Amino acid sequence: MIPELGHFALILALAVAVVQATLPLVGASRGDVRLMMLGRTAALTQAFLVVLAFGALTQCYVTSDFSVANVVANSHSAKPLIYKISGVWGNHEGSMLLWALILSLFGAAVAIFGDNLPDSLRSRVLSVQAAIGIGFLAFLLFTSNPFERLSPVPLDGNGLNPLLQDPGLAFHPPILYLGYVGLSVTFSFAIAALLEGRVDPAWARWVRPWTLAAWCFLTLGIALGSWWAYYILGWGGFWFWDPVENASLMPWLAATALLHSAIVVEKRDALKSWTVLLAILAFSLSLLGTFLVRSGVLTSVHAFAQDPARGLFILCFLLGVTGGGLALYAWRAPTLQPGGLFQPISREGALILNNLLLCTLAATVLLGTLYPLFLDLVTGNKVSVGPPFFNATFVPICAPLFAALAVGPFLGWKRAEIGPALLRLRIAFAVSIVAAIVAAVAIDGRATLAALAFGFGVWLIMASLSEFVGRVRRGRLSTMPRAAIGMTISHAALGVVVLGCVGTGAWNTELIRTVKAGERISFLGYELTLDKVEALRGANYIADRATLSVTVGGKPYTTLTPERRMFITPRRQVAETSIHTNLLRDLYATLGEGDATQGWVIRLYLNPLAPWIWLGAAMCAFGGFVSLSDRRLRIGAPRRTRPMAQPAE
Amino acid sequence: MTSNRLLFLLPLATLVVMAGFFGWSLLSGRDPAAIGSAMVGKPAPRLEAPSLRAGEPALDTALLKSGKPVLVNFFASWCTPCLAEHPLLLRLKERDGVAIVGVAWKNKPEEARASLAKLGDPFTRAGFDLDGKLAVDWGLSGVPETYLIDANGIVRLHFRAPIGPRELSQILALVKAGS
Repeated sequence: MIPELGHFALILALAVAVVQATLPLVGASRGDVRLMMLGRTAALTQAFLVVLAFGALTQCYVTSDFSVANVVANSHSAKPLIYKISGVWGNHEGSMLLWALILSLFGAAVAIFGDNLPDSLRSRVLSVQAAIGIGFLAFLLFTSNPFERLSPVPLDGNGLNPLLQDPGLAFHPPILYLGYVGLSVTFSFAIAALLEGRVDPAWARWVRPWTLAAWCFLTLGIALGSWWAYYILGWGGFWFWDPVENASLMPWLAATALLHSAIVVEKRDALKSWTVLLAILAFSLSLLGTFLVRSGVLTSVHAFAQDPARGLFILCFLLGVTGGGLALYAWRAPTLQPGGLFQPISREGALILNNLLLCTLAATVLLGTLYPLFLDLVTGNKVSVGPPFFNATFVPICAPLFAALAVGPFLGWKRAEIGPALLRLRIAFAVSIVAAIVAAVAIDGRATLAALAFGFGVWLIMASLSEFVGRVRRGRLSTMPRAAIGMTISHAALGVVVLGCVGTGAWNTELIRTVKAGERISFLGYELTLDKVEALRGANYIADRATLSVTVGGKPYTTLTPERRMFITPRRQVAETSIHTNLLRDLYATLGEGDATQGWVIRLYLNPLAPWIWLGAAMCAFGGFVSLSDRRLRIGAPRRTRPMAQPAE
Repeated sequence: MTSNRLLFLLPLATLVVMAGFFGWSLLSGRDPAAIGSAMVGKPAPRLEAPSLRAGEPALDTALLKSGKPVLVNFFASWCTPCLAEHPLLLRLKERDGVAIVGVAWKNKPEEARASLAKLGDPFTRAGFDLDGKLAVDWGLSGVPETYLIDANGIVRLHFRAPIGPRELSQILALVKAGS
């Protein structure tokens, strides 16, 4: 009964989405208020129905209803409750339902919080949002129905991929999706603006909080995924340039560029068609990521549902949404009023440089991700594009970005002098040079590039501090808008992330040893003794757990307990790393193959500054949330100077 | 103005080209997880191995330079997928007269001999590679694997799985063209 209710709610949601995608649009072009108001009601109804469907599927998982095929394929009665719930989105159908859920919730949010929007703009935004919703709901109902029943009913399920049975991964997809799907609102705003034929500072201010919210969640989602990879895969790394990691990085880069270019539209009424294009691209890149993960055109650790029929559906959808958006763009954007010219040395000039560099980065990642696919198709050659490519391309482009990032906030709008700005950065500059030299000499004489990158990280932090101190000195702290505080926090946070990446990526130490119980390992001043390896039983796995007692200078320091878990359904081995952190470095241990007679393979890493990667990312998102809480974004949006825009047709 | 308009069409054009590639990829039926072979197009590696049959000389690389295409098949009596392709190998030898050199990989010679005696022997010549050293030169990842060497001693085909009807026709097409 419950699965049928969910299925039915999903069908109703599709019907409501069709209404929402058409009538308010007609209303907006005819100026019919009743039809426009329908958009709000429809958005709320659609969200309610999708919540109902999602709730129904969750109920099936929680009660282990094995008459539902999806539950059988991805759950097991012995699984802890949290993983029964996270199992809802730990598979293709359920995660698509999560997409649809978040999409409809964002639609409802626009309906609820969109009071300050003109009726016609809000109606159009809601219609575009519903049009995207139609695609996802139809995809679910026609190719990936999560409520399909199974007969005869099996006694138990196949279980969830053990790699996903982890608290980090339970929350990674929902948060990441809040980011991916949040960009749909930005997309809808861009399409609505093209339909209205108007992009102005008011539009930029309305679209900004939605972009910012999506960006914050995307930042957190990526960081969570990277953290998970760091401690569960047991390879000691945090970013592998895997196609699917890249798929999440591209929309992030585009959204970051969009956040900055929208400021130029808001403050200077310029860069309009570019900003609209970025808004379309950011969401398109999210969809591209979905396509890459689910179609099976690329292999990746995230290999999800590899079904060409589904792939073809998503491709058509991608083509419809992105192609439709870009076609509208090609048609309407040339008619947008261009903004004034501006000086290269100015705040807006710096923001354009930021946009150019961020887009180059996104294009580089896109090229590196898709090149193997294109080459394979055209020539049949199999190549793998990995860290060497990205280290040689991505990292160098970051250098001018970071250099300019620190200077930008010191430049005024319209016209600025570079001299005074640099003068105010002299302390930051001196400190970073010293930091780079100290790093080069003290830590590793060979890795000069790493030392340079370290200097850049310090530069970002120091420049943000200088900016903040400057404001305090001039007594402007009390009037400092939260958006500016948020910017300072996020910019400094980027520096923290850079330091973490340099420490973990360039200065880490690795040691692999085979030891028997009672034997010792000396590792960079730490003395580790393998006390014992014992077998234990979890709810749905058996494990070997090593106990490594660590001493420093003869004094007990900590105990590490890495595990190797063998899950029973499905059969799969997962390393459970043990990490001791003091926030300055991680001591990281994993347990490999072995037995009592031969000894056990122990793998140790010392990762300097590793925690800073995720602390920095969290701080970066926090800065975004601080900026989001700015009063200006909620009330007092500038009134449009002219009366309401004419209908587009 | 027109060139400006074209500039605004650029994102759409890029998308269409990309989507074309994606569509091609999806419809081509290619397997992204397939591992290509580094051997194809290169001269065949050495083929030196003791003979599996009593009274025959050891396998020699010269076997691959007979002026005719030769099929080299790595197999083992303990390998179930090898059983699946066995009838096809027999057919290749008896009906199509293809020269096949078999190499028993990590397989005791007496067990390989017993298996061939039972199932039928599709090989013109047969050898064994007990320690798997020969297989390293051939870039073998497991059994069964099959290589087609052309009349000039160049590897033309390399299958990392049991051969089936599709592979059979590929082999026959090249054998007919080569002889």
